[in-house]
Amino acid sequence: MSVAALQVNARAMRVNVHAIRAIYTFELARTWRTLLQSIASPVISTSLYFIVFGAAIGSRMTAIDGVSYGAFIVPGLIMLSILTESISNASFGIYMPRFAGTIYEVLSAPISVLEIVLGYVGAAATKSVILGTIILLTARLFVDFTILHPLWMIAFLILTSVAFSFFGFIVGVWADGWEKLQMVPMLIVTPLTFLGGSFYSINMLPPLWQKIALFNPVVYLISGFRWSFYGVADVNVVVSFGMTLLFLILCAAAVQWIFRTGYRLKA
Amino acid sequence: MQSIISVSGLTKTYASGLHALKSVDLDIRRGEIFALLGPNGAGKTTLINIICGIVNPTRGFVLADGHDIVRDYRAARSKIGLVPQELSTDMFESVWGTVSFSRGLFGRPPDPAHLEKVLRDLSLWDRRDAKIMTLSGGMKRRVLIAKALAHEPQILFLDEPTAGVDVELRRAMWDMVRSLRQSGVTIILTTHYIEEAEEMADRIGVISKGEIILVEEKTVLMDKLGRKKLTLHLRQPLASIPPELSGTELELSADGHELVYTFDAQGKRTGIAGLLRRLGEHGIDFKDLQTTETSLEEIFVSLVRSRS
Ligand SMILES: Nc1ncnc2c1ncn2[C@@H]1O[C@H](COP(=O)(O)OP(=O)(O)OP(=O)(O)O)[C@@H](O)[C@H]1O
Ligand SMILES: [Mg+2]
Repeated sequence: MSVAALQVNARAMRVNVHAIRAIYTFELARTWRTLLQSIASPVISTSLYFIVFGAAIGSRMTAIDGVSYGAFIVPGLIMLSILTESISNASFGIYMPRFAGTIYEVLSAPISVLEIVLGYVGAAATKSVILGTIILLTARLFVDFTILHPLWMIAFLILTSVAFSFFGFIVGVWADGWEKLQMVPMLIVTPLTFLGGSFYSINMLPPLWQKIALFNPVVYLISGFRWSFYGVADVNVVVSFGMTLLFLILCAAAVQWIFRTGYRLKA
Repeated sequence: MQSIISVSGLTKTYASGLHALKSVDLDIRRGEIFALLGPNGAGKTTLINIICGIVNPTRGFVLADGHDIVRDYRAARSKIGLVPQELSTDMFESVWGTVSFSRGLFGRPPDPAHLEKVLRDLSLWDRRDAKIMTLSGGMKRRVLIAKALAHEPQILFLDEPTAGVDVELRRAMWDMVRSLRQSGVTIILTTHYIEEAEEMADRIGVISKGEIILVEEKTVLMDKLGRKKLTLHLRQPLASIPPELSGTELELSADGHELVYTFDAQGKRTGIAGLLRRLGEHGIDFKDLQTTETSLEEIFVSLVRSRS
């Protein structure tokens, strides 16, 4: 290999660490500014779920797969919050600079797609993981539960946070108005999560609906996540993990395409 | 001298089908102040945004300090600072926070001393902890300049830096631009104001309808701009200009009622006195006279016309 080629390689490999850190800390700082919104509101809504579904209704429900109803809904509730928060944080994070016009600076900076994404998606995913942990601790105040496979639990938590932060990033690039920004979490993700077995086992559905449910990607996330807690799953955990990874890869590919073509970022 | 920016055959067609740039060639010399003049919609911002990586070129290429802005974008962009035309800033961030962010974004390690100097030079140091949304428009403009200078660029683009800026601040900005040039920074600015270009620039480029129609040393262009017209409204129409008077910069209107004399207002001798005397000798009488400056607009028009 020639010296020139080596130099080109070295240059291509040089990572703009300062830029990643700048975006990442800027985005996390936004969380602290809007602390109430970012952390407190999901915690409050989760507590309400536990009071209603866990304590009030749950006391009349029989155990599912040998797990008390209150404990059964914990993984689903965490997933529900992580999904919505990852999407709204990541979409807001990139939509805001587009809307305010400050995106010009990121586009004109000596920084690669990977670095931009590490900054924005990384910060959104970090928030989601922190949020998931907080909800987990909050849930502990209401119900008793065990985590059989903690490493898998963490893997699912992180993978899901990253995948849906990617998805949120795409939504934030695609949206051309505030309505669209809120539409995706409201109209797509919340229904899919509710229908995805947050509050029940897919096996409790009539056979036809069980088949239909398998087209809902959230089913795999919740099933896999619940398995890491209690060792019981609606679908095989390997399939769950594979589907989560697949979703992540698809989103990452879409982001790569967005930056290559400049879709909705560059005229 | 090697040019620091070299634009070749740059073409931009927006998704709407609008041809914003039509095969633009332009070379910016290292260390100069270059003013890009042109009417609204001429393509100034499009040109700058392509060089800075904000708009995708349709065809053509640009080298910034020898680096291709697409293939070698990292090296190219780290040399460039941009002050955009629009006042787009983060609302909730502090002045200090936003300039630190800019420096990091452009890959430079923190340097509080440099940022302090930039903020002091722009009279923003006292407001460093203020939220940007609490600043006035002129201050926000300066914050954008501070952000662009945070990473110590060698090339600075100022897209209409003095739009909506009062006279005092405008002078301060001109001073700042000059001192940046002193320190070796190449500056490209766009403006609608001919005085601004006259005050600041070493060279002036004129762009119209996506084409660079002229690039000239300022002094040369100012000579052209410094020309005035004297219009004499004649009492009796003339069939033609008497031969003894023609050859000078004298024109007769189609109806023969007006004589137009073009002269250099900055020259030592305008020739007006001589002209009037000779008109008297030929018994050409006039009832009124007026002088007008050649406006930038007229220069545009004549340039565009002379090309087509
Ligand atoms: N994103 C875009 N999509 C479509 N057309 C655009 C876009 N941006 C600019 N244009 C068009 O391209 C042309 C050149 O615009 P540009 O902003 O480059 O002009 P300008 O010389 O900077 O004008 P001004 O002095 O008003 O700032 C205009 O006709 C404008 O309407
Ligand atoms: Mg413009």
